[in-house]
Amino acid sequence: MTFSESQLLDAYRRMRTIRDFEERIHTENTTGDIPGFVHLYAGQEAIATGVCLHLSEKDYIGSTHRGHGHCIAKLCDVKGMMKEIFGKQGGLCAGKGGSMHIADLSQGMLGANAIVGGNPPLAVGAALTAKTKQTRHCAVSFTGDGGSNQGTTFEAMNMAVVLQLPVLFVIENNGYGEGTGADYAVGSKDIAGRAAGFGMPAVRVDGTDFFAVAEAAGEAIERARNGGGPSAIEAVAMRFYGHYEGDPQTYRSAEELKRIREDSDCLRIFRTRVTAEGTLSEAQLDAIDAEVAELIDEAVAEARAADYPPVSELTTDVYVSY
Amino acid sequence: MARKTIREAINEALRQEMARDPDVIIIGEDVSGGAGGSGEEDAYGGVMGVTKGLIGEFGRERVIDTPISESAIMGAAAGAATTGLRPVAELMFVDFVGVCFDQIMNQAAKFRYMFGGKARTPMVLRTMIGAGFRAAAQHSQSLYHLFTAVPGLKCVLPSNAYDAKGLMIQAIRDDDPVIFFEHKALYDIADEVPDEAYTIPFGEANFTREGDDVTIVAFSRMVHIANEVADKLRREGVSVEVLDPRTSSPLDTDSILESVEKTGRLVIVDESAARCGLAGDIAGMVAQEGFDFLRGPIRQVTVPHTPVPFAPTLEDAYIPSPAKVEAAVRQLLDTKPRRMSA
Repeated sequence: MTFSESQLLDAYRRMRTIRDFEERIHTENTTGDIPGFVHLYAGQEAIATGVCLHLSEKDYIGSTHRGHGHCIAKLCDVKGMMKEIFGKQGGLCAGKGGSMHIADLSQGMLGANAIVGGNPPLAVGAALTAKTKQTRHCAVSFTGDGGSNQGTTFEAMNMAVVLQLPVLFVIENNGYGEGTGADYAVGSKDIAGRAAGFGMPAVRVDGTDFFAVAEAAGEAIERARNGGGPSAIEAVAMRFYGHYEGDPQTYRSAEELKRIREDSDCLRIFRTRVTAEGTLSEAQLDAIDAEVAELIDEAVAEARAADYPPVSELTTDVYVSY
Repeated sequence: MARKTIREAINEALRQEMARDPDVIIIGEDVSGGAGGSGEEDAYGGVMGVTKGLIGEFGRERVIDTPISESAIMGAAAGAATTGLRPVAELMFVDFVGVCFDQIMNQAAKFRYMFGGKARTPMVLRTMIGAGFRAAAQHSQSLYHLFTAVPGLKCVLPSNAYDAKGLMIQAIRDDDPVIFFEHKALYDIADEVPDEAYTIPFGEANFTREGDDVTIVAFSRMVHIANEVADKLRREGVSVEVLDPRTSSPLDTDSILESVEKTGRLVIVDESAARCGLAGDIAGMVAQEGFDFLRGPIRQVTVPHTPVPFAPTLEDAYIPSPAKVEAAVRQLLDTKPRRMSA
């Protein structure tokens, strides 16, 4: 699979935006101004980006509690996301959802989802819409190694195979479900193999390699659009931060924590490859870095300046009508 | 206009709405039955035959037999509703909500609020309630109180065929997730039901008997028990008003309070639960909003705080009976009016 220069620049911009967004949340969170708790996606950028690059706003994705990266890769408005995370007016969910529920249906983003294993059945539903209306659109469910052990995920995979729905299950194996190792919690130690057992094509790819993810996702999504039914991809990467911000991560060894950024930085791996191959220049990438830094600065400033929703909003939008 | 059973009325509502709107689909276990079997395609048409015949008219693309996977069914309906379909999903027995409540309670019910008012989830969840069939603890419950407690859901409890058709059409056209509770004992109850499509708005109670002495509020099958008691007592000169709210969410509190203001006496008959059920909910509301209307204590006739038993003697004793409702009414009529101390 080959990518045009503009596609590669687009991919780098999405990955860089996710990284800077998350690094900045990491810092902002220490001020105590972000209500509740947040789960950062840094380290897994190549997965969301490698998949979502193949999707339009008419294709749907379901996400997880670690959803910021999926939102950005699906081109949700970054400023609206930041406001939402601060719980402010003008947030993508009007300040009523927060970090774990960011959604933007106009971009095909069906929501971050704070229930582990919550979204695979929903993605199956979005795929059912696509199949019923014969749109050639598809749905992608992002789940983690933790969510891969939920019965909802098994049910969704089986149903997708039975009904031959255009859905891709992306299981991001970042090594830990909260504080418990994936090799311990996944009985077969083979998430892709387990998905294949439901009767769909399933592959395991290096989730720090944008090209590996994008190639596998491109194939699966093309198959889905052409009526070939569901597929699964297990993408292996490491999360840079803890399960949640503030997680002391004592379940990880000092050696592992030290190695993560040296060995598993998908942005560095991407930059090294495209500059070595000469497909993109350092200057092009630096320019994106500068633009993204400015965007994130503005997003934080605007989110901090925005007002909280008025108390009159407490009881609105429970129903369309009641 | 013809006499139709509740089963026929719901089937007709589904058929008319599916013909009107190509976005309406049916999804669930055995909604046609026979998928992948060696026999007929429409073998079941739902285990109670409610969706019988629909696959012949609309095909397997719109009448979808699923694996036995309630979470996937509920989630698929919620996801499909949020992306442009109007699914009517079936949870065969409400008791099975134990394996799939997340998709209803945390997902479908919350999308609109959690996403800042941008989502619409126009799904209908049809499910069966009710004791009396010797089906024991896991196929006999009437768990509508659980759903009524969840903001974002609407809960519909038809007691007759006319209401069943109009409420089902309203449910399908409604833009919020609606839970439609069908009582097993009522499927063959027949009424005059218009042939054309019509809707009944949610949150508007139906007065099935009018009276001045006592108000009985009852849902679903309990409406018939309340009517029976009202008819018996009327022959003795006691005038009982029976109010069927038809939906527990939204709840027509105005009509309940108006009736209690008139009669001063309230009996609530409820098959959901002895604790934290609809009877307790309505009693609390009337105690707070209508205390001055009351001439005696509010009486609640509910199931006991037990699972539904199997043995016929036990199950018969479990269900609120006309005798218990009658006793509650008589007890209330015998209660001397409250005296306010000077």
